[in-house]
Amino acid sequence: MDTQQEPRKTFVVPIGPQHPALKEPGHFEITVDGEIVTAATVRLGYVHRGIEKGVEQRNWAQAMYMLERICGICSHVHATAYALGVEALAGVQAPPRAQAIRVLVAELERVHSHLLWLGVAAHEGGFDTLFMYSWRDREMIMDVLEGLTGNRVNYSCNVLGGVKFDVDDTQADAIRRAVDFLEPRTHHYLKVVTTDETLIGRTRNVGKMTFLEAETLGTVGPTARASGVPRDIRVDSPYAAYPDFPVKTITATAGDLEAKFVVRIQELFESYRVIREILDKLPAGDLAVRVKPRVPPGETVSRVEAPRGELFYFLKSAGGPNPDRVKVRTPSLCNWGSVLATAPGHKLADVPMLIAGIDPCFSCNDRLVTVRRRSTAETWTWAKLRQYGIEYYR
Amino acid sequence: MGNQSLLQAIMNPLRTWARVNSPFAIHFNSGSCNGCDIEILATLTPRYDIERFGIKLQGSPRHADVLICTGPVTRQARDRLVRIYEQMPDPKFVVAVGSCGISGGVFQGCYNIVGNLADVIPVHAFVPGCPPRPEAIIYGVVALLNSLKQPAPKAPDAEAVA
Ligand code: SF4
Repeated sequence: MDTQQEPRKTFVVPIGPQHPALKEPGHFEITVDGEIVTAATVRLGYVHRGIEKGVEQRNWAQAMYMLERICGICSHVHATAYALGVEALAGVQAPPRAQAIRVLVAELERVHSHLLWLGVAAHEGGFDTLFMYSWRDREMIMDVLEGLTGNRVNYSCNVLGGVKFDVDDTQADAIRRAVDFLEPRTHHYLKVVTTDETLIGRTRNVGKMTFLEAETLGTVGPTARASGVPRDIRVDSPYAAYPDFPVKTITATAGDLEAKFVVRIQELFESYRVIREILDKLPAGDLAVRVKPRVPPGETVSRVEAPRGELFYFLKSAGGPNPDRVKVRTPSLCNWGSVLATAPGHKLADVPMLIAGIDPCFSCNDRLVTVRRRSTAETWTWAKLRQYGIEYYR
Repeated sequence: MGNQSLLQAIMNPLRTWARVNSPFAIHFNSGSCNGCDIEILATLTPRYDIERFGIKLQGSPRHADVLICTGPVTRQARDRLVRIYEQMPDPKFVVAVGSCGISGGVFQGCYNIVGNLADVIPVHAFVPGCPPRPEAIIYGVVALLNSLKQPAPKAPDAEAVA
C-alpha cells in the first residue's frame, strides 16, 4: 500500500534472461516512469563457464581451442590474440604469409560479424526485411570461410606459430567473387539505413553519446568510433600483417544509433579493400614455424581489434606446458556502460535497439571480476572458484 | 467414460498432426559460445528457411512445443533452464544443439559448468557438431517431428540424429 502514497510511481521491467530480443541470456532491470526509462541495470554471468581458469588445466596448444570458443562470432580474433601473445613469449614470429592469412580471415570475420549485426539490429528495430537480406548475403562469406577452413563458425585457422591452411588460387577467386557480390549490396544497405524513414525514426538521435561520454565510459570499437573517438588497434598498434596492409579508421560524429550503423557499414568497405589487397599481394613462404610445447617464463600483453572493439589478452607463463594465467578483456564488457548511461530518457521500446547498438556478445563478457588492493591479492584455486560459484549462484 | 476414449481416439491423431505440422520452437542458450546460436538463427534466414517445415521460432516458453537448447549448463543458467522447461506446456520436446549440449564439449570440467543438457532436463534429440551446420539442425528437428508421427512411446531415452 505504501506505493500508492508515493508521489511518482515507477515500475521495474525485468527483461531476460530468456527473451525473444536477446539471443543469449542476460538480465536487465529497466526502471520506467510511464514509458520513459529512468534507470537501467544489467546482470550478466549466465554464460560464465570459467574459461580463464579452464585454460590453466590445458596445455598451450589446447588452450587455443578453448579460448576460440569464448565467442562463436569472433572466434578468430581470440585465437589470433592468443597465438600472437604466445609467439611473443616464445620469441618466435609467424611467417609473413601466415600473418597475412590471419588478417585475411580476421577481415572476413569482420564482414560476417558486421552483416550479422546489421541484421540483428534491424530486427530489433522491427525491420525484418533487412534482417533477412543481410543474413542471406552473409551466407556468401560463410561459404568462403567454410571453403577456406572447413567450418562455418569456430574456424580454428591459427596454430601456435602460424596458420593451418593455405589460400590457393581457386579459393582466392571464390573470395574475390564473394566480395564483388557484397560490395554493391553494402552500398545498398548504406543507402537504406540513411534514407529509410522507418529505420531513421528508430535510430536518428537515439542513444546519443558525445565524444566526451564515449571517452569517459571507456567504450571501444565501432561504439566509440561512432562518437568520433578514433580508437582502432589495427591503426594504433598494428599487429600481424596490418603494418603491411594498413586500414583507415572510420569515424562518425553524431554518436547516435544511426552513426553506429553507418560506421559499421563503412568499415565493411574498408574490409573489402583489405581483403582484395591481401589476395593480390599475398607474401610467399611458409605457413608456420615451430613453437616448443614449453613456453619460456614471462608475461605479455596482446591486443587485437575484434569486430566489436579492442580485445585484450594478458598471458603469463611459468615455463611449464600450461599457461600460468590468461586474462581476457573483451570489447562487449567495455561497452555495457554506454548502454546503461544512455538508456535513461529514452522510451522503453528503444532499449532493445540501444542494447543491440553496441553489438553485445554475452558469451564474451561473462567473466569473474574482483577488485581488490594489491596487498590483498591472492591466487584463486580451482576448488575455491568452484565453491565461490556454487555460493554465488545459490 | 466410453465417450472420452472415443474423443481421444479422434483427437489424438489430430493433435499429432497439428503438432508435427506446425511446432513452435523456443531457443535458450544455457552457456554456449553463441556459435550454435547464430547457426540456429541462420536456419531462419532465406537460405535455410526452417519455416517451410512449419517450424516457427518464437519468444515465450508458454507457447512452445520444442525447446532448442545450446551449450553446456552453467550454474547460473541451470535454474532458468529448468524454469523455462517447466513453463512449457506438455507434451514438450527438447533438441540439444552442439557438442556442448551433448557432452559439455570443450568446456567439460570447467568449474562453473553443471554438466551437459541431459543432466538437467530430458533431451529427445541431439545434434552434434561444433557448431552443427544449419542443415543438421533442421534435420535434427525434422527427425524429431517424424518420430512423433509413429505412435511410439515418447522417447525418454534420447535418440541421436545426424
Ligand atoms: S558446440 Fe561449439 S559452437 Fe556450439 S556452443 Fe559449444 S563450443 Fe560453441
